[in-house]
Amino acid sequence: MNEINLTSDTISLDLLKNGDRAEFAKLVEAYSGQIYKLALRILENQRDAEDVLQETFLKAYRSIANFEGRSSLATWLYRIATNEALMIVRKRKPELSLEIEGQDDHEDAIVTPYHFTDWRFLPEKELQSSEAKQHMDQAVQRLPASLRAVFLLRDVEGLSVKETAEVLRISEGAVKTRLLRARLRLREDLSEYFGKALTENAG
Amino acid sequence: MMGHSNCHDLLTSLSDYIDGELDSALCMELEQHLKECKNCRIVVDTLKKTVELYQHEDESQTLPEDVRTRLFYRLNLRDFLK
Repeated sequence: MNEINLTSDTISLDLLKNGDRAEFAKLVEAYSGQIYKLALRILENQRDAEDVLQETFLKAYRSIANFEGRSSLATWLYRIATNEALMIVRKRKPELSLEIEGQDDHEDAIVTPYHFTDWRFLPEKELQSSEAKQHMDQAVQRLPASLRAVFLLRDVEGLSVKETAEVLRISEGAVKTRLLRARLRLREDLSEYFGKALTENAG
Repeated sequence: MMGHSNCHDLLTSLSDYIDGELDSALCMELEQHLKECKNCRIVVDTLKKTVELYQHEDESQTLPEDVRTRLFYRLNLRDFLK
């Protein structure tokens, strides 16, 4: 997030609000990589991610005059992009939209751990292999969209709890609860995956 | 969660714990429990490692060139394509 804030310092909000195209091009240059990557991680589909990227900046251009500066430009862009991406998720699986919307944030919904293998000391080359990375990406895809968005914004993009709450317009408490649930699910998934590697190494 | 009655209660604190945001009383309680409960230690350690692996899964932030070109055209910013 530091990197983002540094970049935004050099962009003039006044010029943006006056419709300065060169300044807008600077904004696009500064944030398009991050926005595309986030959309790709939520959607796992390049064409959809590109749609989200374009829509995000089109919407930003149209509504920059109304931007009040209560959050950072980065948080504001993340919010537009996350909403666009989640809309596509809902369109893909309308039958799941109830699950996405209706998920309660009660702690009872936490996955109880059942893998107790300590796989942390597997060789780095196994933890970082392309196969492992692919598995990790798939594990994120298996999370319900509401948990996935929180996890990606907080742990992968490095937003604070407060910023994540602002992007998703949910309470900080809800961010924390969803984050815990997402992390525990991913831990189970990775423990199963790397636990197998550990058994194979031992054999 | 794993044999001790307070394992499940402590589970809800784990995220705050690995982020270093747990209040000190709960933190002490959790650390005391971790000394006694191997399974909980493994859960905490592998939870931390899971988050680290994702944080360091650092792909390039650079936009593919073709995606970037189409974006600038879509936004009528082609004059600014370098």
